[in-house]
Amino acid sequence: MDKVYQKIEEAIADVNDGAVIAIGGFFACGVPRLLLQALIDKKTKNLTLTCGCGPMVGATEELRALVKNGQLKKLIDSYGLARSASKGRQDPFEQAVKAGTIELEVVPMGTLAERYRAAAAGVAAVYLPTGAGSIVEKSVVSSIVANRTPKETRVFNGKTYILEYALKPDFAFVHAHTADKEGNLRYSKTARNFNPVMASAAKATIVEAENIVEPGEIDPDCIHTPGIYVKRVVQVPRIKVRVGID
Amino acid sequence: MEKVKLTGIPREMIALRISKEIKDGDYVNLGIGIPTLISNWIEGRDIMLQGEIGLLKSGPLVTDEEMIDQDCINASCQPIIEIPGTIYFDILESFTMIRGGRMNLVVMGALQVNDKGDYAGWANPSRGLDVGNIGGSMDLVAGADRLFLAMEHVAVDGNPKVVKKLTFPPTTTGKVNMIFTDLAVMEVTPKGLLLKEVAPGLTAKDVQSVTEPKLIVSPDLKEIEF
Repeated sequence: MDKVYQKIEEAIADVNDGAVIAIGGFFACGVPRLLLQALIDKKTKNLTLTCGCGPMVGATEELRALVKNGQLKKLIDSYGLARSASKGRQDPFEQAVKAGTIELEVVPMGTLAERYRAAAAGVAAVYLPTGAGSIVEKSVVSSIVANRTPKETRVFNGKTYILEYALKPDFAFVHAHTADKEGNLRYSKTARNFNPVMASAAKATIVEAENIVEPGEIDPDCIHTPGIYVKRVVQVPRIKVRVGID
Repeated sequence: MEKVKLTGIPREMIALRISKEIKDGDYVNLGIGIPTLISNWIEGRDIMLQGEIGLLKSGPLVTDEEMIDQDCINASCQPIIEIPGTIYFDILESFTMIRGGRMNLVVMGALQVNDKGDYAGWANPSRGLDVGNIGGSMDLVAGADRLFLAMEHVAVDGNPKVVKKLTFPPTTTGKVNMIFTDLAVMEVTPKGLLLKEVAPGLTAKDVQSVTEPKLIVSPDLKEIEF
């Protein structure tokens, strides 16, 4: 089963207005930046991007373009804002969140991981201790007041746990080091991060890979993401990214 | 409370002081800010640094630009050096370790802390937003055996950060064990904050003058030792 697309625009052809897309990566590391660029070129609107830890803080230029073009409706992330408050004030994304034109929903990082995992594994919701004693226990943490839906909690063995729902994106954009033509993936070092769990959670996973090889060329004992989770693969050049965050 | 400006130890020395508190064999996660500086003081020791990005037995930070591998960063987005025994894994494995109680010690930065061991670190309302960056902080504090804070004692605007009542939204309540600042080392006890060490040249009274809750001064009070 050959899942390789020659053109990146063909690989995202069915990503339509209103799509909910998981974006792999952790700050500057392992972010599918060429798929993001293709999304900017496609001018898809009303997008919800669900992240893990700041891929859009890493992909600064792409975030600016998405905001400038009015493509973004909502961002879900554990770390969606610039680290520096003074730099954040200059940032068009933060200004749009402040103005209420883009929604920012903040979710603890490990909770996001479990919510993707639940979606991947057909689990409706999970009880997590993370955030007990904070606002996370009370309601969804959103920049839009009307969307602060109350949360359910339950005490197990004397400790409070919060009910967190599965998060199932329409698409996942994933960055891999190597893919075989059937969509089996390997990642490089810390560029793995959220990519595998997003690949298994989304209805349709689209992979940009720095290398594409024949089936069997990746050691079958060392596959990080089995191809069953992957719908399309496109080869991209390795681009140099600036490590570090503002 | 008057806004006095006291001179304490630099950030690197706060990190050095904390490094003395880490035991060989500990699995440790270091938060963004002062905590990551600790990694420069434990080279060669048998301490396993975990990064929530999916990294265990992280090496020291890269100092030479030539050695940067863009696929090899810590959770603060700083390039690190791979050493023998460094391993990588995905985010689920990472938070299984963190939430599952495998971290002997977590060191976090903080905006405010009180004498009950509650602390605030994820959102600063002065930014004009009532949302902020939670990152891995709430998972880390949920699973840690011990939680240390590494912070400046007083905010840039002169306001105290060791307070009676948090005015910023809390990250967690009742979980902090020790607080290390540029001015002092304090332990959170059921009776309140025990002042154990002060920066060279300072007295307990000096530290109290920039600290809201009443400090319990240890009978063994000494200068911060490195």
